[in-house]
Amino acid sequence: MRLEIKDLHVHYGKIEAIKGISVVVNEGEIVTLIGANGAGKTTTLKTISGLRKVTSGAIIFDGQDISNVPAHERVDLGISQAPEGRGIFPGMTVLENLEMGKFHRKNRKAEMSEDLDKVYTLFPRLKERVAQAGGTLSGGEQQMLAIGRALMSRPKVLLLDEPSMGLAPQMIANIFRIITEINKTGVTILLVEQNAQQALQRAHRAYILETGNVVKEAKASDLLNDPAVREAYLGTGAHA
Amino acid sequence: MKMRNYWNLRDWGAGIWERANRPKRVAIAITTIFLVALLPFAGASFLATPIAAYDAVLVYPVGVFILMALGLNIVVGKSGMLDLGYVAFFAIGAYTMALMGTHTGLNTWEIMPFGIAFAMLAGVLLGLPTLRLRGDYLAIVTLGFGEIVRLVVLNSTWSKGPNGIANIPMPPDIGPLKFKLDDQKVFFWVVVIMILLTIWMIRRLSVRRPGRAWEAIRQDEDAAELMGIPTLKYKIWSFTLGAAVGGAAGVLFASKNLFIAPEMFTLNVSILILACVVFGGIGNIWGVVLGAAILGYLPERIRFISDARLLVFGLVLVTVMNFRPDGLLPRKKREKAIVKKEVNA
Repeated sequence: MRLEIKDLHVHYGKIEAIKGISVVVNEGEIVTLIGANGAGKTTTLKTISGLRKVTSGAIIFDGQDISNVPAHERVDLGISQAPEGRGIFPGMTVLENLEMGKFHRKNRKAEMSEDLDKVYTLFPRLKERVAQAGGTLSGGEQQMLAIGRALMSRPKVLLLDEPSMGLAPQMIANIFRIITEINKTGVTILLVEQNAQQALQRAHRAYILETGNVVKEAKASDLLNDPAVREAYLGTGAHA
Repeated sequence: MKMRNYWNLRDWGAGIWERANRPKRVAIAITTIFLVALLPFAGASFLATPIAAYDAVLVYPVGVFILMALGLNIVVGKSGMLDLGYVAFFAIGAYTMALMGTHTGLNTWEIMPFGIAFAMLAGVLLGLPTLRLRGDYLAIVTLGFGEIVRLVVLNSTWSKGPNGIANIPMPPDIGPLKFKLDDQKVFFWVVVIMILLTIWMIRRLSVRRPGRAWEAIRQDEDAAELMGIPTLKYKIWSFTLGAAVGGAAGVLFASKNLFIAPEMFTLNVSILILACVVFGGIGNIWGVVLGAAILGYLPERIRFISDARLLVFGLVLVTVMNFRPDGLLPRKKREKAIVKKEVNA
């Protein structure tokens, strides 16, 4: 078991955003959290990466409780996140953004060119844009940059927060294809999505979140065919 | 867009610098420093300030403002934290000089490290609990801190309260160079050296990891944390370095002014230094230097119109900020420009 969340509670001030969820992510899996706005998907990811504080419960990574480890140290442990809204550094070039992804690595100089090559192989578009400022990229390119940058720290678990947000359908398909590719290189992926259709097609297992609770947990392919899920998250029979 | 080409002094200067090779750069730097060092001798020209002595104006406000603006720029420009209480560090430096200068036998240069250390200590003590805050909240807390320092020295007996501290010793002579009240050239040269050291420090840091980390924090703090940057640590470093420069400026100011009082360290000073940074071009060292030089010098130059000078000063501020909202010499905005560069694979 790579990552386990046990009875997690998270508060924004007095408001409880996460009301005791438990999620398990096994080695090599793609696990997706789907749900509507305000279900707590992003908060869950932010709490795993350390941007939000845990009220109670535990986040166990490789058998170690990391609930109180600061965010920047979780990167060293092997948790990397492509944040919601991409979070790229607009004033830095593509190359500088990617270099930032390695900021904490001790032997970053030795690893740099190898990992840059890996990212450029996954995202050839980024190689064409190395010297361009991050803020001038298109939405899809920014998402590629955010994912590529997260990979620069050689993560064991990659947290993706709505990679499809605001992208054209073709770009969405492209991004999800690459997510599967990344997973095949041995990176465990926890994916948060509103685009349930794509997420369920790519993921191995899925959790459905509603207002801070897990309401359903199943194999992704089962949920794709679940009538209630189709009704609530996939639109009825649009692709039937 | 046409205006931009005319006005783009920054790219013009950067272009010259980039085209120059090493010996040429050294020559440019030495010539510039030499010309700046000669400034106090230009007192008989149109630069002369009425009422206030010209060479004294070059030291304070001009030189000290530049120094403080450079320090504040580390905090506001480099790492994007709004500090409205910067005067506190200036005051701490000045009071360190005043108290140690009148109570111990130490001279200005020996007190300087203490002034810097106390300012840095204050920076850490203030930074640890408050730098978790962002934006407006941080601005308010720092504003409060500036007032607290002023009120403490105003109401304490050791600081002689509102009477201030007089008879602060001047710096000892450096060989044949003598510090005198009526001839402040040597003071000016000392300020220039301190400014150069500060610029050197900022430029060194900017191209290395701290600079990268500050840049990342300024552009997206959450993302910076996700990159593995210990953001709190780097923010405190930025804050503390800024404080160090402010403290050094304070020590020098006290030793030059010979007298200090709490009323010299009001919120106005913080705002004015922030105005220097914004006016010149936030984040750009040369912009900040230019901004502080103009805002320090201008009110003294037009002192002959007495009360109207603040009106003129305000008009200049408003006009310039209207035409050049990013300051006189803004930092490069790469997020707007598409740079095409040949990349060797």
